[in-house]
Amino acid sequence: MSSCDIHVNVHHLTRVEGHGNILVDIKKGTVERCEWQVPEAPRFFEAMVRGRHYTEVSRIVSRICGICSVGHTLASVKATENALGMQVSSQTNKMRALLKHAENFDSHIVHVFFLATPDLLGAPSVFPLVATHGEVITKALKLKRFGHEWGSLIAGRTTHPTRVVAGGFSELPSLEDCKNLKARILDEMSPDLNAMLDVALTLAPKFPKFSRPTEYMSLHSDQEYGLYDGVVQTVMPNGEKERYPIADYRRCTNEYVNARSTAKYTKNKMESYMAGALARFNNNYEQLHPEAKKAADKLGLKPLCTNPYLNSAVQLVEIVHSVHESIRILDDIIREGIREEAPVKPMRHGEGNGAVEVPRGILFHHYKYDSDYLCLGGDCIIPTNQNHANIQLDFEKLVPELIQQDKNEKEMELALEMLVRAYDPCISCSTHYLNVEFKRS
Amino acid sequence: MNSAARPKAKVAFFDFTSCEGCQIELTNLGATVFTGLLDHIEFVEFREVMKEQSKEPIDIAFIEGSFTRESDRKRLEEIRARAKIVVAYGACAVTGGINALKNHTSDYSRFVYGKDSEMSHLESQKAQPISAAIPVDYVVPGCPIDKNEFAYIVSHLLHGKAPVIPNHPVCVECKARETICRYHQSDYCLGLVARAGCGAPCPADGIPCEACRGFIDQPNEAALAKVLVSKGGLSERRAQEKSRMFTANLREDSQVQAGENI
Repeated sequence: MSSCDIHVNVHHLTRVEGHGNILVDIKKGTVERCEWQVPEAPRFFEAMVRGRHYTEVSRIVSRICGICSVGHTLASVKATENALGMQVSSQTNKMRALLKHAENFDSHIVHVFFLATPDLLGAPSVFPLVATHGEVITKALKLKRFGHEWGSLIAGRTTHPTRVVAGGFSELPSLEDCKNLKARILDEMSPDLNAMLDVALTLAPKFPKFSRPTEYMSLHSDQEYGLYDGVVQTVMPNGEKERYPIADYRRCTNEYVNARSTAKYTKNKMESYMAGALARFNNNYEQLHPEAKKAADKLGLKPLCTNPYLNSAVQLVEIVHSVHESIRILDDIIREGIREEAPVKPMRHGEGNGAVEVPRGILFHHYKYDSDYLCLGGDCIIPTNQNHANIQLDFEKLVPELIQQDKNEKEMELALEMLVRAYDPCISCSTHYLNVEFKRS
Repeated sequence: MNSAARPKAKVAFFDFTSCEGCQIELTNLGATVFTGLLDHIEFVEFREVMKEQSKEPIDIAFIEGSFTRESDRKRLEEIRARAKIVVAYGACAVTGGINALKNHTSDYSRFVYGKDSEMSHLESQKAQPISAAIPVDYVVPGCPIDKNEFAYIVSHLLHGKAPVIPNHPVCVECKARETICRYHQSDYCLGLVARAGCGAPCPADGIPCEACRGFIDQPNEAALAKVLVSKGGLSERRAQEKSRMFTANLREDSQVQAGENI
């Protein structure tokens, strides 16, 4: 066992969205300090929606995060619709589910191929890979662009959507657009994706081995792999599952303040829980599309998977799932045709909740509105926020194991960086918590 | 094309208080434009996608996000000292953007962080543009930026030319693409005082322009509020508050000096 002194100080970790620090101090083989810190500048979104009309709220909160702006928009319009008694049509729900798949596809492509893969290939970033793996990078860029076009077809644009509004859509794609999208998924995108999956399979053995059983939280629906809709479900290391209505989100997230972080930590039954692709997989494996199950099989993944490094591998499984599910939804839309529908209007005022799975995990929004439909305040609980405590506990188990394995400073730094990157953290998202104390007017 | 003749421009990207969505827009440029750009520029620093970092001089520094913490000033000054050209890109960096929506209030930290708002790491000041901390040479407005305009601006800078940002209202672009006016559809819109250049995608998608690229020069704010009430059907209160969403720092009542460099 190493008796060396090791000092890891990663200030503003690279290849993640937002700012995070890793600090580890080891003196004569003893861990003196081991911290995951979140120093992102606070942004106060929950205060910014105060006094704004319900039609503006989703456009404001989409700006919480550029990568998950579709997810924030969807969680926001669902919460607003819940608060104002707005029942959206089944066509709206179908289009939104299709959009949710586009976002997960798009974001997972970025994370797996641009942010996580360089570590597996021993490169510092994607740019040196342009010279050494040019064809792979070109395919990855094409897939990224495809995800963007797929989402834009429904949302108007993917960074801060225009067409998604409380009550429905301000503009819909044409039937022709939907037919073209299906054809392009099958003829243009799938061959590239299959080639990339083959590349990924060759990299899969390079994921570090590590295991720390924890609680996993995600949306769950009996009808489909929960992404756009469902209830909250957690699965414990022993496989025991429990469900909670969305309205009870505060009871299962239990936010608390930690001095290391501008973002709050959360916990439920254990000291921490994990959200994200791995949590969805562990909760909802049964609802995966058969082709996605096949991909999981090839990657050697089955529930309950307790290695957080494999979150990136599970994202590949979800990419396959989203492609096949989207073809099914598109077939449905093409068969039934598209009806012009004006967004539905508010029926009452009050409080409401909404939740969706964004690429990084379960996202909750909550708002309260007055009788003029002006917002009195909001609450957003973001997945990366929910993962901070779990990352910290992973660190505390992993670092002593790395000391046992005689890892040097550089190796330890890389192992910790890769662990954080595996969570695909979206830190600028995660700094918008609120002690909800709605002012009574 | 002949890229070997000239050394590639060294380009770096930095982020401050923002959603980092403008960076994401760059990845949406697609394989052709993106790899085409790589023929002419070399990325020397880009934290969100690269581990590589350096302290070397930079030809062009792109800065995203608002200046919201005094502790960020030093980092900004270091970037300025290293860079020949500094470009603020995205509404947050150019005007303070959406972050400035809370600037007229003083209780926002307490509202969000409750009793913990006194903790030192939650330090924050009113959201300001990057130009409040360091001189900025060029801007790419918008929330998010228009990725094609970004490519246009980079191309100009590489050729030593100054890019032109339009100073006409978004209404002009709606007329050009024959979008039916929001005011004719029982809605409101800020397009009449909003700076164009985006191609007016929002009204075309059935939602009002929120002026994410800022105001045109010398906007008539009083007339805007009047139109929002008389033609847009907004209450007096909403009409007065409307332009805080992206242009809070540009309003006459702003306590913060916003970007002078547009």
